[in-house]
Order: sequence, then C-alpha cells, then structure tokens
Amino acid sequence: MPDNRKLKRVDLIFTEDCSYKDVLKNTLQRPKDEIIQEILDSGLRGRGGAGFPTGLKWKFTGQEKDEEKYVVCNADEGEPGTFKDREILVRVPFKVFGGMAVCGHVIGAKEGYMYLRGEYEFLKDDIQQKLDEFHKVLDELGVDFRITLLLGSGAYICGEESALFESMEGKRGEPRNKPPYPTQNGFRGKPTVINNVETLVYALMICNVGSQKFQDLGTSDSRGSKVFSVSGDTPIPGIYELELGMSLEEFVEEFGDGDTKAVQVGGAAGFCVPRKKFNDTIIGFEGVPTGGSMMIFNSSRSMYNVLKNYVEFFREESCGQCTPCRVGCQQLLKGIEAVKKGEQPTTYLKSLMKLTDVMKITAKCGLGQSVANSFSSIVDNFKEEMIY
Amino acid sequence: MPEIKELVKNLADKHGRDRESLLPILQGIVKEERHVSEVAMTEVARELDMSAALVYGTATFYSFLDTEPRGKYVIRVCRTITCDMKGKREILDTLQNLLKINVGETTKDNRFTLLESNCLGWCHKGPAMLINEKAYTELTDDKVSEIIDEYMKTVD
Repeated sequence: MPDNRKLKRVDLIFTEDCSYKDVLKNTLQRPKDEIIQEILDSGLRGRGGAGFPTGLKWKFTGQEKDEEKYVVCNADEGEPGTFKDREILVRVPFKVFGGMAVCGHVIGAKEGYMYLRGEYEFLKDDIQQKLDEFHKVLDELGVDFRITLLLGSGAYICGEESALFESMEGKRGEPRNKPPYPTQNGFRGKPTVINNVETLVYALMICNVGSQKFQDLGTSDSRGSKVFSVSGDTPIPGIYELELGMSLEEFVEEFGDGDTKAVQVGGAAGFCVPRKKFNDTIIGFEGVPTGGSMMIFNSSRSMYNVLKNYVEFFREESCGQCTPCRVGCQQLLKGIEAVKKGEQPTTYLKSLMKLTDVMKITAKCGLGQSVANSFSSIVDNFKEEMIY
Repeated sequence: MPEIKELVKNLADKHGRDRESLLPILQGIVKEERHVSEVAMTEVARELDMSAALVYGTATFYSFLDTEPRGKYVIRVCRTITCDMKGKREILDTLQNLLKINVGETTKDNRFTLLESNCLGWCHKGPAMLINEKAYTELTDDKVSEIIDEYMKTVD
C-alpha cells in the first residue's frame, strides 16, 4: 500500500505516554499564574469552533472576585459532521476531567459541570462511573473539586455557551445577550469558564509537555494541533489529530477519493470551499477555521442538496427567539426551493444572499450569524447547481 | 393518573424541586412514558410550584422531550447530509416498510415511532439511527431488518 500520509500526525490528545494522575498532581502544585502563562504562551485557542484564546478565558475568570465560580465542559457537540468529542470522552475521559480540575484550581472554582448532548445518552452511565473514580483521585490529592454530569435533550443551539447555561438552569436553551460574557456572568450568573472537551484536554497536555512543544506546531495564528472529524466521500473517514496550518489541497490529497469537488469546513455553520480554491485555503484561524468538521463531497454530489440539507437544519434548530434567524432561515429555504423550481428568477439568489448578510449583522447569536457562511459560499461557488 | 403523580414525585425527590431540576425531571418522565403529556406537565408544575406555562415552554423547546405520545421504541434516523449520502433514504424506506408507518407516525400497537433527527454524530459511520438511547451505525437494509426483528421479538 503506498504511503500517502504526508500530513503530520500528532498524538497529544489520545497518547497513553503519560499518566493523567501524575500530570494532574504535578500541575496542581504549580502556581496559578504560571499555569495561565503556560496556556497563554502555548497560543491555544478554543477547539469548539469560535477560537477564543483559552488562557485569556481562564485569566479573566480568575481575576473575578466572586467566591462562587464554575468550570463547564461543553460536550454538546452538535455541529453536523463533528464526532470527535465523543471519541475523546470515550477514549481519554480522565484527561477531560483533569483539564476541568486544573481550570478549577486556576480560577478558584470548586464545582465543574459537564453538559453532554442528549444524543450521547448511552455514554452517561460510563462517564458517571469514571467521574466517581476521578473524585476518589481528587480526594487522595486533597483537591476540593467536584464534577456533575448533566444531559441535554436534542437542541443544537445549546452548544452556544449562553444557551447552554440557560439549559443547565432548567430553561429553554435561548442564547443571552453578550456582553456580559461568561467570564463575568455565566452559569447561575457567576464567573464561568466554559471550554470544549478537546480544549480542556489540550490545556492539561500543554501543562504536561510545556507550551513550547505546542507552539512549535502549527502557524502563528493557529498554534498546535487539532482533532478532525473526517466524513463524506473519503475512503478513510474517522478521527485524526493533525498539525494545524495545512492547505485544503494537502488535506484533500490525503483524505479525498480522487474526485473531490468541494469540502465543507466547519460543518453547516462553516464554509464550503470548491476545488479551485483548495490550494489557497489554509485550514485554521487565518484561513477557514473549523471545530473539527470536514465533510468531503465528490463530483457525483449535488451541492443544491447539500445546501438544502444545511438550511433545513438551521430552520429547525433556530431557537426562534430573534426574528432575523427565525424568519430568515424559513425564507432562505423557501427561496432556494422556488429558484430551483423556476418560480423565482435566478436573480432572486442575490436577494437571498442579501438576506444572509442582514442575518449576519442582526441575529442575536452565532447560529443566525453563521448561516451566511455556508449559504454564500455554496451559492457563490455553485450557482448553476442552485438553478438547474 | 396516580402513576404520573407518583413518577413526578419520585423524580422531584431525586432531582430536587427548583428550576434547575426541571430538565432532569422532564427527561425522567420521557424515559418512563416516552413523552410528556399535558397531565404530566401540570403535575410537574404543581410539584415544583411553578407555572404550567413555564413547564410547557421548556418541554416544547427540546426535540427529545416529546410532547406527543410515542411508541415504546422511538427510532430516530439521522438526516444530515453525510448519512444521506451513505443511503439514509433507503434505510428510511426499509423502516417504513417493516413498520408499516410513515416518518412521524407510531405503530398501532404503540411499540414503534419513526422519526428523523438532526446530526447524531456518527458521520464517519453513516447511515446511523438511535432506538431510544442506543446508537446503531453503518446501517444496511439487512442490518435494519435484523435490528427491528430483535425488537419485535422482545416481550413487553
């Protein structure tokens, strides 16, 4: 079999080279400021998709004077095409808990919560059992920190941090206005660090290997590595931890089926990149960012069907709170169907693009704002497919 | 409905009676009853001393908190594009033929409900579906027939 593995594999997340207990013990003995500096120096940015610098989140929350603070692990992985957080939770759960405990130590929180999406309920008992084990380890180390497991009930929007807090508080998962940000006003109105599953593991591993080793990987905007969820038209779908900074061309060469027409980077909320732009597109914060979702489409696929699938998804998952998103998603779906049927002229696509621009600036949260990403990139690049 | 009353009380004893307990309680009801009826919602409101509108508003927000009666086994087939590309529509046809119902319906014996769901997180192993909490992946027509056959054989 020819070796076409050109992209650099990294093994920080799943490695069994280190005992999480040792890493945790050593890290918890270090001064808080030193840990924050380590994370800041590493350049680690949130791995859920938005990419906020993790060290800053921890620093800001640590600076708050409140007695009551929280660490929340966002395990509400709902972006279409993403499945890496489940894999991490199954294979290295203790590293996730460890990352939460280190964060708690740094910011001064005694309670952590893990919000697991309802679709992964089958993992609940197993995670709870491991949490019980973990709490015993914390007792041995003399650490006053406890993690509670909560379950979602099938709502994509709850992956949005403020909607997730609302849901944890027993309410409808409707996003809040920002500011104030969670670092000041999060769960129960208290300063809260909310990190993605993968981010928490990286934070712990950076404490283990040092910021330099992480910084040596990737580019100046996108440091380190990332776990990718690869699906669609690929002979090798699955989970891959890769160094950041590769071009889409390199990615497709390795994961495509030789006939790749487009790649949707970042799920339904992300961008569609057509073949002609593979070479100039960097996967990362300086190019096209992703929370891990990489869906590959070959030339047999209709991009109209892809777009319709995404818009239907958004229409259903819009929380309905703000008008631009609620009505916008409905109209976008009606609009592309009308153009396809010939009931509207092709110029109507332009009006729909304008609508997504409006949604981008007026929708309350990331969901409504990001509909424009996939919509514009697919309509722009595959206009004929939208019409004929 | 003394059973509902009992169930809600037990769940409230377990999870508490404040607002934060609402979601775990509703999830507990769905686990037992497969849906949250209006009677159950009113009972929750009474037990937690909050308005029924609050309970209703919360319950109807979440797609897994069904407010319509469902069968004992709720089947949710992933409708995301990647599962679609791997043959989700054939899987759905097979299920409809086997159960003799359409998507959104429940079998007459109240054993199966067939639904579609947004991304279940098995894109590398599509098509995928959930039956209650359990995930089934890399589905084929034969595999689906076998799975449904097993469920049909189980005695209530």
